[in-house]
Amino acid sequence: MTQHVSPPRGGTDKAAAVEGPPAWRVRLGRADVRTLTLLGVLAALVLIGGITQPDAFLDTRNLQLVLTQASVIGVVTVGVTFVIISGGIDLSVGAIVALASVWATTVATQEFGFAGILFTAIVVGVGCGLVNGVLIAFGQMVPFIATLAMLASARGLALQITDGRTQVVTVPSVLDLAERDSYVLGIPPLVLVFAAVTVIGWLVLNRTTFGRRTVAVGGNAEAARLAGIDVRRQRLYLYLLSGLCCGIAAFLLVALAGSGQNTNGNLYELDAIAAAIIGGTLLTGGRGHILGSVLGVLIFTTITNIFALNNLQSDVQQIAKGAIIVAAVLVQRRTASTH
Amino acid sequence: MAPEPPLLSMSGITKSFPGVRALDGVDLEVQAGEVHCLLGQNGAGKSTLIKVLAGAHQPDTGTIRWRGEDVTLRSPIAAMRLGIATIYQELDLVEHLSVAENVHLGHEPTAAGFVVRGRAAKASTAALLKRLGHPEVDPGRLVGDLSAAQQQIVSMARALSHDVRLIVMDEPSAALDPDEVDNLFRIVADLTADGVAVVYISHRLEEIRRIGDRVTVLKDGRAVAGGLPAESTPTREVVALMTGRNVEYVFPERPPGPPAAEPVLKVEGLSRQGEFAPLDLEVRPGEIVGLAGLVGSGRSEILETVYGARKAHSGRVLVGGQPLRSGSVRAAVRAGLGLAPEERKAQALLMLESVTRNVSVSAMSRFSRGGWIDRGAELGAARTATRELSLRPDNPAVPVRTLSGGNQQKAVLARWLLRGCRVLLLDEPTRGVDVGARAELYAVIRRLADEGLAVLLVSSEVPEVLGLADRVLVLREGRVVHEAPARELDEHRVLDLVMEGSPAS
Repeated sequence: MTQHVSPPRGGTDKAAAVEGPPAWRVRLGRADVRTLTLLGVLAALVLIGGITQPDAFLDTRNLQLVLTQASVIGVVTVGVTFVIISGGIDLSVGAIVALASVWATTVATQEFGFAGILFTAIVVGVGCGLVNGVLIAFGQMVPFIATLAMLASARGLALQITDGRTQVVTVPSVLDLAERDSYVLGIPPLVLVFAAVTVIGWLVLNRTTFGRRTVAVGGNAEAARLAGIDVRRQRLYLYLLSGLCCGIAAFLLVALAGSGQNTNGNLYELDAIAAAIIGGTLLTGGRGHILGSVLGVLIFTTITNIFALNNLQSDVQQIAKGAIIVAAVLVQRRTASTH
Repeated sequence: MAPEPPLLSMSGITKSFPGVRALDGVDLEVQAGEVHCLLGQNGAGKSTLIKVLAGAHQPDTGTIRWRGEDVTLRSPIAAMRLGIATIYQELDLVEHLSVAENVHLGHEPTAAGFVVRGRAAKASTAALLKRLGHPEVDPGRLVGDLSAAQQQIVSMARALSHDVRLIVMDEPSAALDPDEVDNLFRIVADLTADGVAVVYISHRLEEIRRIGDRVTVLKDGRAVAGGLPAESTPTREVVALMTGRNVEYVFPERPPGPPAAEPVLKVEGLSRQGEFAPLDLEVRPGEIVGLAGLVGSGRSEILETVYGARKAHSGRVLVGGQPLRSGSVRAAVRAGLGLAPEERKAQALLMLESVTRNVSVSAMSRFSRGGWIDRGAELGAARTATRELSLRPDNPAVPVRTLSGGNQQKAVLARWLLRGCRVLLLDEPTRGVDVGARAELYAVIRRLADEGLAVLLVSSEVPEVLGLADRVLVLREGRVVHEAPARELDEHRVLDLVMEGSPAS
């Protein structure tokens, strides 16, 4: 079922042919199969959208909306992908986004303006990540349980802060971020932040010692430990990273929605995990792809958009999402076994 | 020969695994009511043979006759149905279930086909336990709460809960106290009196003399002697059978004398309760020191404690005169220790990753700046290290899982070479490495020592320790019973020491 890299032909591949079978091409070829599949699915969805709602779906504003909506969950997913690659799980991301968004939009915080909101969102996110990380890395708690506890407490705290009320943002510079006037070459600033997080995430995973250690811990924690890696510290950092991503996402959400609510980020944990899985990240750890996760997010967001435009209920959306997850995993298992 | 056919007759059994021929035409004949002992060094093929008998492995060729009829043991259940039960060394009990539930696992007494009759299960379990001389074990207790000896009794009760005609016991006495061993022997005697046959595996020759009827000796996947009388065959002869080898490994030449340098690794009074007694040893640069002993003698535990992967209960480790922080792998690695662990795949390798990444993982700071990896430098360093060890294929970009066992081991060594370590700790360096590749690995290890590394080697294969090491410490049950230069020892002497434990003289 795999697509073979075609043999070097004529003079076009001389540089690569010198080193024998170029490993980078095999690697690239393999990555391509996975990425191309996801891109194909995305293209098919765009096609479906374009056919069913030619005017509404392909409208520039709609596409900008889809990307903006993808940005918030996308930033969360990048962090979650790192955690999953390390063999962990973070169920608390949605709740952390909620807590960070309401803490950043209290009357007291808003007095400090743009910087106060941004700073608070990030500090709350990182703080929650720190608690997760300490419990998991040093308290030897199972990540599932530690982050489940964080999910419950962060949601509870968010409700306590807001008392169930919507906290409207009154700082214009924050609201401006989601306004059309601030688009750069037609791209919303929130999408630019998402793109930046994606690029940085990719670089950190693939080009730094931090990324290598993450993969090593997830692939074989005992081997990593015996190779001299500080596995506990690495785990701590990973949950901090996930918390940081939640803080950034909370800020984006506050700007987008113009408010903070304790119901924000509902079920983000499931969406983020699902996006990572269909993007090719192994739930058992040791292998993962930032780009795949991002494509997974775009696929899910596009589905939601198409369903909404076609006036289909969200229950149908949920069923479709479930089917896509199962299909993606089955396809991946197939391609994996042929390698 | 008795007119009745033997209970079990296996003939010409072969079984190969990738790179290893574990069984090479083994014959085994067991009579009803006898205790048939299986002897052999580690790696001789004992475990593979009993797994074939238990239906857990399918032989490549060969026939199994059971009470005179050809049978195929397609699965453990098929073997069990015939009346063959196996009690493995690693007990396969479910800790969170009760004794009775474990005993009847998979064949619970039921009413109406699916309702488990718990009381009936408990009653029959109690009867079995009584028969085994352990009426004090409550069938309702969780297996996880029992002692090792009691768990073994439960395992045996499970075997007897089937209509069993042959029980295989894999080193059943290894975890038992002397009086528990007496009880075990009484049980074995009871069983054989009832006509049940027992295939008994043990390293302890004195046990085999006490309860064995006949002995089959395995070596290098072959039965070198079948059905010897257990009582009258002299120890010398048994040991000679176990060691006389067809394959002579080629060991590299040793340097003429002990190196003059100061010891780089010093271990002083290091111990872990229940694992090994206080140990002193020194390794000099250029020297290979071997620890010889059987499984369970504390070898791997010693290496892992020196390396900081286990916390010492007493004593200390010094590298270059500096004491290491106990229980810290990172401190050990920083001081220049490197471990090639026994379970390569589980403890050393990142199986999803390339050779390069496996080799570079302990030395990433060497080609990174501020956390940013210079991948060109990384690949170059990995290539140099793997070339130095002639790792095949000569392409560090290939996934490490595609390599043979010997080359995977070289990848682990290359990791420490790249890191620039001073002391190499090798735990069973040739496990899972095929015969042809061993000599090459031996040469590599010797060359690393010649280049100034200190090597501490653990192996259950006595010839390997004797052939490779300069100095040998013989271990028995966590204690050093003898220490001598390797050239003053021979295999018989070492095997006598590890099996009989006679005092060093």
